[in-house]
Amino acid sequence: MTVFIIRRLMQSAFVLLIMSLLVFVGVFAIGNPVDILIAADADQAERDRAIAALGLDLPLWEQYLVFLKNAAHGDLGKSFVFNQPALQLIVDRMPATLELAFSAMVIAILLGLPLGMYAGFQPHSRTARAIMAGSILGFSLPTFWVGLMMIMVFAVQLGWLPSTGRGATATVLGIKTSLATWDGLAHVLLPAINLALFKLSLVIRLSRAGMRENMLMDYVKFARAKGLSMRRVIFVHVLKNILIPIVTVLGLELGSVIAFSVVTESVFAWPGMGKLIIDSINRLDRPIIVAYLLITVTMFIVINLVVDVLYSVLDPRVRLAEAKA
Amino acid sequence: MLLKLLRTALVAGAVLCVPFAASAQDLTVGLSANVTSIDPHFHALSPNNNIAGHIFDRLVHQDERQKLTPGLATEWKVLDDTTWEFKLRQGVKFHDGSDFTADDVIASLKRVPWVPNSPSSFALYMRAIKESQIVDPYTIRFTTARPYPLLPVDLANIFIVSRKAEQAPTGDFNSGRATIGTGPYRFVEYLPGDRIVLQRNDNYWGPKPPWPRVTMKLITNDPARVAALLAGDVQIIEAVPTQDISKLKNNANVQLWRIISNRLIYLHVDSFRDQTPLVTDKAGAVLPNNPLKDARVRRALSKAINRPAIVERLMEGEAIPAGDLLPDGFFGASPKLKPEAFDPEGARRLLTEAGYPNGFGLTINGPNDRYVNDEKIVQAIGPMLTRIGIATKVVTEPWATFASKGSAPNYAYSLMLVGWGSGTGETSSPLRSLLSTVRPGFGGSNRGRYSNPKLDAVLDEALATVDDEKREKLLQDAGEIAMNDVAIIPLHYQVNVWATRKGYAYTPRTDENTYAFEVRPAK
Repeated sequence: MTVFIIRRLMQSAFVLLIMSLLVFVGVFAIGNPVDILIAADADQAERDRAIAALGLDLPLWEQYLVFLKNAAHGDLGKSFVFNQPALQLIVDRMPATLELAFSAMVIAILLGLPLGMYAGFQPHSRTARAIMAGSILGFSLPTFWVGLMMIMVFAVQLGWLPSTGRGATATVLGIKTSLATWDGLAHVLLPAINLALFKLSLVIRLSRAGMRENMLMDYVKFARAKGLSMRRVIFVHVLKNILIPIVTVLGLELGSVIAFSVVTESVFAWPGMGKLIIDSINRLDRPIIVAYLLITVTMFIVINLVVDVLYSVLDPRVRLAEAKA
Repeated sequence: MLLKLLRTALVAGAVLCVPFAASAQDLTVGLSANVTSIDPHFHALSPNNNIAGHIFDRLVHQDERQKLTPGLATEWKVLDDTTWEFKLRQGVKFHDGSDFTADDVIASLKRVPWVPNSPSSFALYMRAIKESQIVDPYTIRFTTARPYPLLPVDLANIFIVSRKAEQAPTGDFNSGRATIGTGPYRFVEYLPGDRIVLQRNDNYWGPKPPWPRVTMKLITNDPARVAALLAGDVQIIEAVPTQDISKLKNNANVQLWRIISNRLIYLHVDSFRDQTPLVTDKAGAVLPNNPLKDARVRRALSKAINRPAIVERLMEGEAIPAGDLLPDGFFGASPKLKPEAFDPEGARRLLTEAGYPNGFGLTINGPNDRYVNDEKIVQAIGPMLTRIGIATKVVTEPWATFASKGSAPNYAYSLMLVGWGSGTGETSSPLRSLLSTVRPGFGGSNRGRYSNPKLDAVLDEALATVDDEKREKLLQDAGEIAMNDVAIIPLHYQVNVWATRKGYAYTPRTDENTYAFEVRPAK
């Protein structure tokens, strides 16, 4: 397993290098950040000064080398717009996004697994059909529309929940989180449900399919014949088997929820990383874009690694050393 | 089970919300654009200046119509053509209790060009100052290299910080360590991308603002901002989207506040190059001669545009057709200039006269995320031009790519939609940046590279004329020269709209700023 992890990490470093190069060239191709950042009434002299101040007067390859040199020391550059280290800005926004992502995942798993298993266990019942119809809606309705509708109903019409923004935070174990205050929880509920809807539908479908497949397997018949209760068969043996694909998919989905919850974050004015990246792209704030994508790639690599390890725990037949990445 | 859980959760949420309803004394504002720094000298960007305007004062302030009013300077006068004397307000205290004197002004002026890594420096607004001299703690003299009547206007852009902050880096302002001003509000907290919290400065020298605590929330998504107002989570929002205006008008809980803006939406025309890249014959080959160099062709384009239709249909009436650089009543706006009437027949005649009876091919470019309804406006103008025989293609893109391609040194477009807000509240700002020949200090945003020596001469004279009355006449002349030559094609002035909950009143501002201290409880 150690060999496997080391090999994986070495490949990752190479991916990160390619990634940073692509982003550098990509942003350069989009346009000159100074044209967007500078005051409209600035003259050519002021423009030249700004270009030099942001280090954009060097040729692109030289800018990239400077970046690599600093990155080797853990410095991913200073944001053009905030004048703060890009890495720090992203890390500052991380708790907000993480708490939203985890709330959404918890909702998706806690609701999706039982609902999906029920729908797979009693596929022809009316409830199961309602669940499946609901999951189609969860898949197909656009997130921003559902988000706005939820705001209209629960915040504007009923007035039960706050419409936008993050609530009060409290410090738990050195991390500022809004999940530790009632106000924070009230604020996180709507965006978390909004973000969860798609994953919820996914979990429902995966667990239903797994349930239906496994219930026909010989081991279930055997277990029943052996005299095990249905409850034990489903919640111990079948559950373990259907969890394997769910863990894989959810692992990847967790990554995408953290990195790309842009839509939900903008609809709910949630001060997370997703909003930071989309604003930064609009402002061509290259240091943030580069740092953000590097962090995202790193995160996906780590999640994939964890998923692979979990896999081998859930299914002892999988041997990591043989699975060549 | 799902429903039950949801219901429980929602009821719990509802119960939770009640204790957190803000007290009636506090004000929460929904802002439409991101604030990226609290440092008032770091980035000359309107959302940042809007926040800085709460915490810091300037020597000269602008009222809601951008007329200059006394700020930290009570009066100013010209001693001779190049020397200005500013008398400072006495008895003003900084938020930390120290006295405001001329030293703080000098420290601020030193800090402005010093701020490291500024993407757009405020030094622009002090380039005329050659020397500053303290006469006594409450009198300061500025010497300019040549007569410069706009000095007070420029100084209305420079925020005065405490002399203790002269060497403070930007981070110290964001954290609050150096955020010491004299303004009506003191800094409490800045959460990037989320909110700015302010506390009333009870020792403010001006009128006492009614709200002890103000939260400025950054809600950049338009529907979300409107929803936050409707839900009562914020009491006032800025930049009300035009498509929601009719709905909000009929809402008894909401009141709208509007004023004409200093922002002109116009088409910039490449009248400079002999061959312009996006003007072609009908087959798509670039024309050997640029027809847009001919003022008759430019006027034909202008006549082909149905401004009242754009204003009524696309802008929901929240705009005013334009024929000048700034609306009537602004300094330098000419009462003689009226919007070009919609006249497709006249436009065709002009085209024929100019030698293009069958028109030509043209691409009009525009941003799709910058100005109110920008993309829709460009899409409407395309067919209007096609109707007079100019086969027009429409291309829109995000400002991030548009701005680079359309500006120096790329100049990739021939006809483009842009906007200009006159921060100075008078016409020298657009004349200087948009219409003057590109030369040092001038024509910085002249994307069409219009060049007219006659205009330059009148403008230069205006900029050297300290006498207000004479200068206004010269600026009007310059505007008339440009407009009669169709140097740009003005479309409309935006209308700035705020919406408040019932029981709140706002004095709308031409400069789009949203100042919490100008929100009042309605009588």
